[in-house]
Amino acid sequence: MNENIGIILMVIGLVFDFFGCLGLIRFPDVYTRLQASAKCVTLGTCGILFGLFVCTGFTATGIKALLCIAFIFLTAPVSAHALARGAYRSGVKPCEGTIVDQYSETIKK
Amino acid sequence: MKNLNWISGLVVIVIMAAVILFCPVPSMLSWQSNFLARAFLWLLICAMMCLFRILRGPTAPDRAVAVDMLGILIVGFCAILSLPTGRDWYIDIGLAWALQSFIGIMALAKYLEGKDFDE
Amino acid sequence: MINAVSLFILWLFVWSLLNWVPDTKQLIMGVFVAFFMTFMTVDTFGVASPSGKVKRAGFFGIVKKVFWFVCYTIVFIWECIKANIDVAWRVVHPTLPIRPGTIRVKTGLKSDAGLTFLANSITLTPGTTSVDVDKFKGYGYIHVLFLKDGAVSSDMRLPVVDKFERILKRIFD
Repeated sequence: MNENIGIILMVIGLVFDFFGCLGLIRFPDVYTRLQASAKCVTLGTCGILFGLFVCTGFTATGIKALLCIAFIFLTAPVSAHALARGAYRSGVKPCEGTIVDQYSETIKK
Repeated sequence: MKNLNWISGLVVIVIMAAVILFCPVPSMLSWQSNFLARAFLWLLICAMMCLFRILRGPTAPDRAVAVDMLGILIVGFCAILSLPTGRDWYIDIGLAWALQSFIGIMALAKYLEGKDFDE
Repeated sequence: MINAVSLFILWLFVWSLLNWVPDTKQLIMGVFVAFFMTFMTVDTFGVASPSGKVKRAGFFGIVKKVFWFVCYTIVFIWECIKANIDVAWRVVHPTLPIRPGTIRVKTGLKSDAGLTFLANSITLTPGTTSVDVDKFKGYGYIHVLFLKDGAVSSDMRLPVVDKFERILKRIFD
């Protein structure tokens, strides 16, 4: 029973992983790609790890999977933030459909 | 033209999903490890998409984003591998890989920003 | 001093999680490792708040903070799942319905930990990624995936940011 619930969670995680990587291909510029992939891939991999925890219970594998979830939730947004900042500072322009860009005006001064 | 692209992409994805879901496997596997073999193929396709972005990305930050996502996907690979084999050191590899890729991406972002490494 | 002791307990806890099921040999080893890690990290984590004095919270205050942290976790996971469904819908849509833009919002948070948590939760919630935080002026720069029509002004507010800020203010400030 536990194993079936874990496998359902894993399927949800795999689907979100796929959407994240599809967004990496389809979106037009760096920032939108970062949006899609950082959100979807983080939640997808955490879903896979949580499914692993549900499958194995409180064994060595399950506890380490929980630690891995905490670690990924703490570090993935930080690296996405750093990459977005680095892309702006290295001078990558946002794509053509961008409505407003208040950050470039700030760092030009 | 745009709609044509979208439809062709949809057809490719549906064909890949059908091949992964309905390809014949040895019948002695239990259905759980059968599922895990297919999940492994599915993650491989995601990793191929990341590799496509690394190869084609027009600018350097594009490639950095794809490398970051590939690093997180590999943790998922390790998690999926550790269930049917029952070995717990696969998830150790996943933890260490997450740490390593985080440090690498931070260094890459600092490099893109054009600063020194000790800010 | 109390900071170092709590850090020591934290690192010992993480060590015993890392090699589960803990026995005596592992715990003795873990005491040494946790001592070393405390020695290394007490400078980083032990910094006082920017105003210079550390405000002690009583027992009741800590219970309240833990309660709000649990609330924050529940709200955060709910928003995260909503964000993922939203982004997945935009990815598979044939015409890519995005109107991206970078906007500036004002935050009222002061402490480093609060700002870090705010930036992290902004990144994982619907349609927003934090780009930069100006700590002295209290501005955050946010990349938004879908801007509504009338929403572009100089100092705007996003409902998601307000919601997280209200909860985080009770935890960290």
